[in-house]
Amino acid sequence: MRKLLFQGLVRSPLTEPRPFADDAELIALAAKLDSTARQRLGRSLSLREVDAGSCNGCELEIHALSNAFHDLERFGLKFVASPRHADVLFVTGPVTKNMREALERTYQAMPSPKWVVAVGDCALDGGMFAGSYAVMGGVSTVLPVDLHIKGCPPRPQALLAGLLALIEAPRANINQHTAQVGP
Amino acid sequence: MQSIPTLADIVGAGRKVANHGPYPRAEVDANVWQRVTNQLAASQWTLSGLWGDAAAVHMALLDEPAAKMGVVSLACPDGRFPSVAQQHPPAIRLERTIRDLFGLEPENAPDPRPWLDHGRWGVRHPLGTKTMDVEAEPYTFLSAEGESLHQIAVGPVHASIIEPGHFRFHANGEAVVRLEARFGYAHKGVEALMRGADLEHAAKLAGRVCGDSTVAYTVAFARAAEAALGVDVPSRAHWLRALMAELERLANHLGDIGAICNDASFALMQAHCAVLRERVLRASDICFGHRLMRDCVVPGGVALNLKDENIPVLRELLAEIGRRFPALVELYDNTASLQDRTVATGILKPALAQQYGAGGYVGRASGRSFDARRAFPYPPYDRLTFEVPVLQEGDVNARVWIRIHEVKQSMMLIEQILGGLPNGTLRATIPSGAGEGLAIIEGFRGDVLAWLRLDVDGRVARCHLRDPSWFQWPLLESAIEGNIVADFPLCNKSFNCAYSGCDL
Repeated sequence: MRKLLFQGLVRSPLTEPRPFADDAELIALAAKLDSTARQRLGRSLSLREVDAGSCNGCELEIHALSNAFHDLERFGLKFVASPRHADVLFVTGPVTKNMREALERTYQAMPSPKWVVAVGDCALDGGMFAGSYAVMGGVSTVLPVDLHIKGCPPRPQALLAGLLALIEAPRANINQHTAQVGP
Repeated sequence: MQSIPTLADIVGAGRKVANHGPYPRAEVDANVWQRVTNQLAASQWTLSGLWGDAAAVHMALLDEPAAKMGVVSLACPDGRFPSVAQQHPPAIRLERTIRDLFGLEPENAPDPRPWLDHGRWGVRHPLGTKTMDVEAEPYTFLSAEGESLHQIAVGPVHASIIEPGHFRFHANGEAVVRLEARFGYAHKGVEALMRGADLEHAAKLAGRVCGDSTVAYTVAFARAAEAALGVDVPSRAHWLRALMAELERLANHLGDIGAICNDASFALMQAHCAVLRERVLRASDICFGHRLMRDCVVPGGVALNLKDENIPVLRELLAEIGRRFPALVELYDNTASLQDRTVATGILKPALAQQYGAGGYVGRASGRSFDARRAFPYPPYDRLTFEVPVLQEGDVNARVWIRIHEVKQSMMLIEQILGGLPNGTLRATIPSGAGEGLAIIEGFRGDVLAWLRLDVDGRVARCHLRDPSWFQWPLLESAIEGNIVADFPLCNKSFNCAYSGCDL
């Protein structure tokens, strides 16, 4: 174990530079965050994830945000265990009818101000599962959605770009950068 | 004394269905259905699937020693069939699902409660004779009686980032007396959406049943479709499918090994394994254009080629894992505090693994050696050399070790595939027409079964996809018994069963 830990000290880190968004939706979202909320939260956000009936693909990529390449926590972003500790609700899946109540209750348990991020193509409008007797057809049918990150599943870089837009001021010149965000 | 019938005898006792490939299917009467149930209860065969249809039920049977498969079907004109679960508990949840979706009643079934249906769909029996205007009814969990017992309710929203499911514990202090799971939260109505879909669309749905096994599911679905229509898949496509399947296995096993250790609070292992997993996903992305290789396998072959210039990417991936992984295995093996958590924790008895036909690392860590790549060697596995690791201990540690061995096997398989990859076309033309096909293939979690019936226009009339976890989830409830509540995440992660895969 000592050898592995030592190597961690001498090898260069794997963590990659942050992605930038040029997505109009992301920029508009950043503008929506008023300065009061920003003052209260600083540059740190706590995230709570709810799988509202996804295939688990989105969860895999959300997990990847925590690996050494993406290192979510360097931005002051972290996933928390309870909705009562969360500022942002990350929702995946088409929102199955069997998960609707659990999703609503999770949202209600969060303190304000709070934001909802719908993750993945299913979360937008039900995706491939739209029209099924068993799904609501997208997160916005149940909760007010502030941001949608597309992809099936979204790449970790796209997830990261969306989250950074949430914590950065509109004056952060997001649109001056040309880097593309996934899917 | 009556001699033990073979699978061929039983299937032969019914009316053989034409145009069902590659394994036989027979329509049988209630007597033969009962004989089959007796055989299952006597552990002669393994139940590999049980699913509903319009006024019929089908049962897939596996004769492991003889490496034979077959399907028997029973017509249910009056909406009833003799319960298999009455004698063979692995069928319980499958029958509850048939009742929920089709309204077919398993007679004398041991568990009358619904399974997927929470009373929230606004419709009952969505695949059978529908009834509207339903209301949610309270769900009664199985009880445990005794002094100082308390209940712990967990989920469907969990503290970590996992799929939705509810776990109800009865505990005596820290010791778990009974665990019962309740699922269905991820039910999306996939089998209803499949009806009437063309093959292309249905294959995409199959690839979205279970996100971590998208390659496995699309291969299973494609093979069922190809069997139904008698399509010869180009050999390069077979080899590329196997390459993707092994990359998927590698990524998932590496992720699991780290995550299991993390659930024993050993984050160092998680950090290193997550890096290796990410490298597999990135290599897959470069080679096939998608990190999870979604929609890359299609009926008839594969959707895209592996370019020669990307072969070094995979070789470098193998080299990197080869450089880093042995030290991690050593770390796992030599950390006493970690071993203290995994050894002798969550023991699954081999007899139960056999009775339930548990596949994958769950079965192989408890003495059941079944591997669809070995039992029904579909190409190119008939030309590849690999070992199927088997252990007897059945604890968390054994399930970790099976994964470690399989990581090495998958690396060797990828090497062989890269060395022997034939040239040629990628996709055969799919004729339009009717037919029925069954496929069983090995995903990272175990064997995935796909059964498909196509109508004359080549559209899906009925498709059933059976996740390996149907026969693993119930065993978790046995493995946790007597362990402490705090070891549940560890046991659960070592099983890593699919929620969405079973909820469909």
